[in-house]
Amino acid sequence: MEPSVVTRGQGRADTAPTASEGALPFALQVESVSHDFGTRRALDDVSCTIAPSQYCVLLGLNGAGKTTLFSLVTRLYDNVSGSIRVFGHDVRRQPGFALRELGVVFQQRTLDLDLSVLQNLIYHGALHGLGPARAKRRGLAELERLGLAERAGDKVRNLSGGQMRRVEIARALLHRPRLLLLDEPTVGLDIGARQGILEHVQRLCRDENLAVLWATHLIDEVLPGARVIMLHRGRVLASGPSERVVAEAGAENIRAAFLKLTGDGNGASRETAG
Amino acid sequence: MSEAAAQGASRPLGPAAYLICLRGIVWREALRFLQQRGRFVAALVRPLLWLFIFAAGFRSVLGVSITPPYETYVIYDVYITPGLVAMIQLFNGMQSSLSMVYDREMGSMRTLLVSPFPRGFLLTSKLLAGVAVSLLQVYVFLAVAWFWEVRPPVLGYLTMLPALVLSGLMLGALGMLLSSAIKQLENFAGIMNFVIFPMFFASSALYPLWRMQEASPYLYDICRANPFTYAVELIRFALYGRVDWLALAVVAGCAAAFLGAATLAYNPSRGLMARRGGPGGGA
Repeated sequence: MEPSVVTRGQGRADTAPTASEGALPFALQVESVSHDFGTRRALDDVSCTIAPSQYCVLLGLNGAGKTTLFSLVTRLYDNVSGSIRVFGHDVRRQPGFALRELGVVFQQRTLDLDLSVLQNLIYHGALHGLGPARAKRRGLAELERLGLAERAGDKVRNLSGGQMRRVEIARALLHRPRLLLLDEPTVGLDIGARQGILEHVQRLCRDENLAVLWATHLIDEVLPGARVIMLHRGRVLASGPSERVVAEAGAENIRAAFLKLTGDGNGASRETAG
Repeated sequence: MSEAAAQGASRPLGPAAYLICLRGIVWREALRFLQQRGRFVAALVRPLLWLFIFAAGFRSVLGVSITPPYETYVIYDVYITPGLVAMIQLFNGMQSSLSMVYDREMGSMRTLLVSPFPRGFLLTSKLLAGVAVSLLQVYVFLAVAWFWEVRPPVLGYLTMLPALVLSGLMLGALGMLLSSAIKQLENFAGIMNFVIFPMFFASSALYPLWRMQEASPYLYDICRANPFTYAVELIRFALYGRVDWLALAVVAGCAAAFLGAATLAYNPSRGLMARRGGPGGGA
């Protein structure tokens, strides 16, 4: 059975049967996580799960708490309440194991502009304990797949925004993680490049059995059949397959469902134009 | 993907993986340094200006009498060379603190911190990378100084190496600690004024402390409380194949204390990152 829509305030009834019935742990399991910055509550009792090789969109406006959630999962800082597990490894107790399962594409550009594409990949490989020869081999194969093989020796500075993003995805996959996190990966890209990135990640999810958490504020990036987690002001408003979320909200489409659940007609329509 | 599934993350990373990681971090730092040619030139010109011009001008004014580890009367150029070596490391340590603030603003700090290795190890590797870059600068400087008649015993170049590593670690760790407290890149000018210059001038780098004592007992006490003084003396003695045990103890102790504090500052639960809301202060 598919999970039902979770409504405001009861953020934890969301379980995906494929993972919970078998012995396999979830790719990502967030349980009752709250986080404050000073007096501002950034996350409020957030719970969600992603099954292995599932594609999931984390939808929320800017400031909804998406980046905070990512920072907690990648252990930039620790969650003080609740628990976060990556393939069964608690990120606080076993950060090393959890981080090895994670590939991350940050919202900011994080490549070294003055180094070549390949040098960037080799450096990342080293950070994950991969020797230079292995990192180079995997990096070249990954670039080949992205159609960027001939740019391997170029300085990152000379790439276009879309190409940099694709290199960052290649880098995130270098150590063969099973969960890929992307934080607003299409920000600042033109429509063609956005479409390219979206299709590439979907293909990865399908062909490589990769679990994907794609954070965005752009509603049109919720493709039909995708699983969606709606985050608003630090709370999970709804989660489940997009069709179900739409149906249970009594809306026509995902955009209408989002507007209805957030109760924020004006702001949202401006944010999600795209 | 079967390889990934089979790999899983069930075994801890072995010592070979740690070594690969350390090597990768040092390699990247060296690459970046060599590509920023301006930085290399600046790092070299600064101490050479002091040696060629400042020391020449003050040679007659500041005659330096026999003071350990020197066994004969030495000219001023020879006296300030170890101080300038320490200055190279001081600048380099602060520069890497600057680059850490830059990394944090540009996000490459995030890539470092999502590595599965323990954070203390990652920060120490980053420090060692900075030390490696400073060693390169120091030996090029000493090579030039050799033609300027600053000729310590040849074996001294070797015996000073461990001292350089230790003092480089101490100054780098201090820079790292400061970097955790600096919010923005622009604040680096403050470091110049409030850290680099006072540390350099209130030390034994430019004049022996007994001269300072003659000038002002109060300043003398400040110089003696300055860890940089001990870095200079450690290097000075090591360059002549000797060990200044007090300096060694102070430098090692300060290095450990600064590194411990820096690791704490970058600790995910206690660190400044969590309180501030992380790089970019984002939601």
